[in-house]
Amino acid sequence: MIAATLIFYMLASILVVAAFMVVVSRNPVHSVLWLILAFVNSAGLFVLLGAEFLAMVLVVVYVGAVAVLFLFVVMMLDLNRLAWREGFQKAMPLGIAVSVVLLTEIVVMVGGWSSAKGAAALRQAPMPDPASVPNTQALGEVIYTNYFYLFQGAGLVLLVAMVGAILLTHRRHPGVRRQSVAAQIARRKEDSLKLNKVPTGKGIS
Amino acid sequence: MQAMLLDYLPILVFLVIATVVAAGAIAASYLVVPQAGDREKEAAYECGFEAFDDARSRFQVRFYLVAILFIIFDLEVAFLFPWAVSLGSLGGFGFWSMMVFLTILTVGFVYEWKKGALEWE
Repeated sequence: MIAATLIFYMLASILVVAAFMVVVSRNPVHSVLWLILAFVNSAGLFVLLGAEFLAMVLVVVYVGAVAVLFLFVVMMLDLNRLAWREGFQKAMPLGIAVSVVLLTEIVVMVGGWSSAKGAAALRQAPMPDPASVPNTQALGEVIYTNYFYLFQGAGLVLLVAMVGAILLTHRRHPGVRRQSVAAQIARRKEDSLKLNKVPTGKGIS
Repeated sequence: MQAMLLDYLPILVFLVIATVVAAGAIAASYLVVPQAGDREKEAAYECGFEAFDDARSRFQVRFYLVAILFIIFDLEVAFLFPWAVSLGSLGGFGFWSMMVFLTILTVGFVYEWKKGALEWE
């Protein structure tokens, strides 16, 4: 158990350092790399909690896909080094104001924190013993039946994301000649080829 | 719980070894090689001529579209895993609940196919 505690502190400290570096890195590409490190470390924390499936999903979805997206966003920003500091002074008061509001909210929320009666028991209830049921199976047994509406809601959210992404970014480029497989296959010899008997010395018109 | 964590011990060992090897390689090449860099040595190598441009140029937005569509179907597959594992004990309701979910996403898939978002012009 001591080893697990030590590993927890190792992962947690790397996570905090990486998250801090995400914020303070000058180069946005470096902060994306720090972000990936932070994701991997939080996956390790999930494994320590016994949430194997969440850890793997975090690695697959966040580290793989979201990091790719972040890189794209970073690369689309058109970063020239000169413009980074521009407007920093101007935006500073607003940034400080937002930070103060957020900090106040966090302090108020944590200060007034109280758990409902029996909340601890309720939180424990859906989780079967990890020794008898693997984590992934335990999740599968409740997601699709007990949490049916939330599951379908997730499907609808994904649908909206898909449609929204296509609506926002898909452009038809006029003048681009695409390959039309159907037209290629449907083409017959008679449509494109004509054999003429050419009389000698006369030619054809 | 402990037995499950022990299963992950090899991964931790691998991570530690990988970190040590990577850090060792960088440190060794830093320490062993004489560090006498000049402007020409540190410049980006581009087949003998001057580097044209910054490598970090802007990407076309269609890469973003491909990536976000990939993530959506990635998430769909992530939902399929626990379903497949526990399908035996789920019963009919669990089965059809996933079918409804897949149908919703198939609607989006048909939409993007018909819209031509999957084609690279």
